[in-house]
Amino acid sequence: MEQNPHLKHTPLHALHLSLGARMVPFAGYDMPVQYPDGVMKEHQHTRVAAGLFDVSHMGQVIVRPKSGKIEDAALALEKLVPVDVLGLGEGRQRYAIFTNAEGGILDDLMIANRGDHLFLVVNAACKDADFEHLKKGLADTCEVTMLDDRALIALQGPHAEAVLGELWADVSAMRFMDVAEADLHDVACIISRSGYTGEDGFEISIPVASAVDVTQRLLEHPDVKPIGLGARDSLRLEAGLCLYGNDIDTTTTPVEGAIEWAMQKARRAGGAREGGFPGADRILGQLADGASRRRVGLKPEGRAPVRGGANLFADAEGKTPVGQVTSGGFGPSVDGPVAMGYVDAGHIEIGTTLFAEVRGKYLPIAVAALPFVKQTYKR
Amino acid sequence: MLKFTEEHEWLKIEAGVATVGITEHAAGQLGDLVFVELPETGSTFAKGDTAATVESVKAASDVYCPLDGEIVEVNQAIVDDPSLVNSDPQGAAWFFKLKLANPSEADALLEEAAYKELVA
Repeated sequence: MEQNPHLKHTPLHALHLSLGARMVPFAGYDMPVQYPDGVMKEHQHTRVAAGLFDVSHMGQVIVRPKSGKIEDAALALEKLVPVDVLGLGEGRQRYAIFTNAEGGILDDLMIANRGDHLFLVVNAACKDADFEHLKKGLADTCEVTMLDDRALIALQGPHAEAVLGELWADVSAMRFMDVAEADLHDVACIISRSGYTGEDGFEISIPVASAVDVTQRLLEHPDVKPIGLGARDSLRLEAGLCLYGNDIDTTTTPVEGAIEWAMQKARRAGGAREGGFPGADRILGQLADGASRRRVGLKPEGRAPVRGGANLFADAEGKTPVGQVTSGGFGPSVDGPVAMGYVDAGHIEIGTTLFAEVRGKYLPIAVAALPFVKQTYKR
Repeated sequence: MLKFTEEHEWLKIEAGVATVGITEHAAGQLGDLVFVELPETGSTFAKGDTAATVESVKAASDVYCPLDGEIVEVNQAIVDDPSLVNSDPQGAAWFFKLKLANPSEADALLEEAAYKELVA
């Protein structure tokens, strides 16, 4: 197999090759897009048992307050995200976004309160820029460190808790978005009950030296199979979750992107720490007045998948453009095509029939509620 | 006469009509197919035109017309069940039958041995 010398490898790269993965370039890394089972079976397996994903390409960042007080780190980080970080309890994690001065989204991320520091997980493609952004924004109050000595895996699906429970009995005490430290096979890991599939599951940060060992032992479990980026994408799409760079980016605001649920009361108008993040005027204005467009679920009425980039129209002749698909494909659990995209505010009511331009035809596609599958988080 | 193209199609040619499909190699590379769009019977294509589209969970791919000709029959079975292309690509999962405009042009296509070498 050809190897691109410019691509980086995760600590699990050799393991992927030994498992027969088909590798593709992704965010500068040589990553498994699928294993011999294929995308369809990998997707289904994750929904009925447990799938194991290598997400070590993502950035793991420690933000440590120089004062030793976690509140100082939380307040400093709140200058970069429209999220209530101060109110995040120890051992809890929260979804967040970095915004820019125009209210656009620089990246989406997870923030965990680890007691004496904040632990962030950011997207692979953005991690260098995020790191600079954090250092620049927090230099006065915090030490910002990108961890390059830890792998990150995700174990997702209805059997994930039982599988992990065989290594660590306390796992059942965790709720969705809890973060804890645990020894797996005598390796100190940081575990969060979260993921990117819509299923219950865990993300596990492992020291590089033990990453292959811990991963292999999890894969020895008969319920666990390795899952590639292909199924990761179809799983998250069915779950209605955004892919940064496709569904949200610097040209979309959190309100347009329909992720304003990530903004707690404290940061909204009238809240204890209203505004104070990049783009606050625009974002708070859109919260009050609504945005001119909105990310919505889209369900093609036929069998043909409608992919990202397809233009949307109000009419079957393609005369009145009303938006664009940002992610679309086939949902194996839905057993049909699914998509999401941005639609002008006048056409976003659930059930509205729009038309997507696919290979010169205008295919009916309905505005649909997200997610397409029921999320099974253990709240 | 069985022929192959560098675009991973096979052609079984009898009396100037080619039954066309995609090779096992192509089906394996594409992965599980979820959608197939076939041309209309009676339509004509030049060599290299997009005659059909196949879609996996992840992506859409074009199937090119291997020679100039007219579509005389299409295989509805693979539209109804795209997974047939994965399970029997060089048998039951043929795509369309093409009445060749210039049957002699088929001589320039690849023999099976040459195609196998190409994808080895």
